[in-house]
Amino acid sequence: MANASTAADGARLSRRARQFIQQLRHGDEVAHLITLLAASSIIVVTVMLVYQLYINSALPRHKFGFEFFLGRTWDPVSGVFGALPFIYGTVVSSALALLVAVPLGVGAAIFLSELAPTRISNYLTFVIELLAAIPSVIYGLLGIFILVPVLRTVVEPFLKTTLGFLPLFKGPMYGVGMLAGGLVLAIMIVPFIISVSREVLLAVPVEQREAALALGATKWESTWHVVVPFARVGIMASIFLALARALGETMAVTMVIGNDPKISASLFAPAYSIAAVIANEFTEATGDLYLQALIELGLVLFLLTILINGLARLVIMATTQKGTAAQ
Amino acid sequence: MKLSRSITRIVLGSALVALGAGASMKAPSAAPAPSPLLLNAAGATFPYPIYSKWFTEYNRLHPDTQINYNSIGSGGGIRQLQAGTVDFGASDAPMTDQQLSQNKVPVLHFPTVLGAVVPTYNIEGVSQDLNFTGEALADIFMGKITKWNDPALASVNKGVKLPDTDIVVVHRSDGSGTSFVWTDYLSKVSKEWETKVGRNTSVNWPVGLGGKGNEGVSGLVKQTPGAIGYVELIYALQNKLPFGLVKNSAGVLEKASLAGITAAAAGKSKEIPADFRVSITDAPGKAAYPICSFTYLLIPSKIDDPAKKTAIKDFLHWMLTDGQNDAEGLSYARLPKDVVARELKAIAQIN
Repeated sequence: MANASTAADGARLSRRARQFIQQLRHGDEVAHLITLLAASSIIVVTVMLVYQLYINSALPRHKFGFEFFLGRTWDPVSGVFGALPFIYGTVVSSALALLVAVPLGVGAAIFLSELAPTRISNYLTFVIELLAAIPSVIYGLLGIFILVPVLRTVVEPFLKTTLGFLPLFKGPMYGVGMLAGGLVLAIMIVPFIISVSREVLLAVPVEQREAALALGATKWESTWHVVVPFARVGIMASIFLALARALGETMAVTMVIGNDPKISASLFAPAYSIAAVIANEFTEATGDLYLQALIELGLVLFLLTILINGLARLVIMATTQKGTAAQ
Repeated sequence: MKLSRSITRIVLGSALVALGAGASMKAPSAAPAPSPLLLNAAGATFPYPIYSKWFTEYNRLHPDTQINYNSIGSGGGIRQLQAGTVDFGASDAPMTDQQLSQNKVPVLHFPTVLGAVVPTYNIEGVSQDLNFTGEALADIFMGKITKWNDPALASVNKGVKLPDTDIVVVHRSDGSGTSFVWTDYLSKVSKEWETKVGRNTSVNWPVGLGGKGNEGVSGLVKQTPGAIGYVELIYALQNKLPFGLVKNSAGVLEKASLAGITAAAAGKSKEIPADFRVSITDAPGKAAYPICSFTYLLIPSKIDDPAKKTAIKDFLHWMLTDGQNDAEGLSYARLPKDVVARELKAIAQIN
């Protein structure tokens, strides 16, 4: 009996082994393993990142606690560190960038995918993808040498005379400041929105358009009421991708935002972003508390990104439930 | 065919290698060490051009010693030295008592050259060099003087027609030794600055815009009408920026120059303590330019590896004697003679 069962076991085992080898030969198991490793490496890196940021920011976390998020003073001399002006600068400059970049980007994507002749569309798309590959320091230089003088001499005086009653457009006009930071970011993220949104719009099945046209819709009606809603989720995703880029952008922002950690209602006033202050002050931060406060800012930026991405997921989920065609 | 060709290539190749090996064996052993001694250093960016020249020059004179220098910033230099990842560090500002207490091995400061910081500005219609007093500079950066025609500025600039425009203050946004020297000077000439803002590589600036690096500050100043900022003297000279005269503690208006910086160090030389950790801003002496400072090499007082110890000591000796002649060519001010003499004696403290 014992012998028989072991023989059966052995047979089963060898069958399993043969199966496994067969699967190996097909490559499924190997592919599964490799892709699993690739996927888990991302999680490992993320976890290690958060762990390091958390461990290395112990001093300011214990000293300031939750006050770190609400403090408005950043004083390396007296060792008082508060992150609020940086959080404010990061969020507002990114929001400003989206405000400008979304209509521009989505509009351009609709033109390229729906309305433009194919040749022009392909040519323009190539140029736009080139724009996405330009290093951010170049955008920063463009900002300093072109955008900032134009803002100071033309745009800001104009805004002040026409809309100066709003607190948004009050105060001295330096050129550099929140407005310049937001606009440079907008210029940087537009190519992302265009190129991803265009792909998504192109992926909308032709039948959708044909059906709308057959029902008597004009070209624009079919585009705006059928194609764009169909691609809504993808367009939304492109916007959040762009937002993530804007939140973390360092070089271009620090070159034009004015680098002053103060919270001001005016868009003309200088501001400061989290990524920019870390890059600026990290190399010369000597005291432990100072250094760790900068690391904690990194943690704050990470949390901010998670928070905003989470919100983005919620928005996408809400719109797909309401949505019709998008799946 | 192909195979035979590759075989010949291999044979030829190995023959060449063998020849090379033979040649090197026959060559008289010039260097006692089989590979050059490698020293790693890291720190301040301000003296990088001259350090780079010194280390290259020294390697040419002593092929058996090679010094790698990473200009990662003074703060990074101090941290790497404390972590023991470099053989020596470099910093623009001397280490604080608290930083020194964190070292495993006591660290010695060796001043290498001097630099200065100058006020640069952009006022439409004014082409002359402007004069500044220390108090006026402090009040401008405090946000208390807001107009160019303020009496505090007009009184030292008689004959210059100063406009009724707003002053835009520009400071460094990145942590830097330049900011340290500038705020150190303002702290000395203004009690209010010292208590409210203080001195550091980054401070909580009461007013103004931040520009990244000397180029960021000068870029903002050039672009913004009515702006005033501060940059390193070297940067101002190389880029031909206008910069102002500053009244020194003897009451003389001094335009920054290499001689004026060395004079400031000489004026302070009696006050320089044994460990060389001293601020020489607002130095006495008629010829002294008031906003300048030493930059330092940070050397551990105990070096276990005898070869490294000898090399570092020898380099310091060379840097203080022959090396000093390279300073002016690169727009750095050389050390005063008595400081050199004291440093040469201090080399003996390394063991």
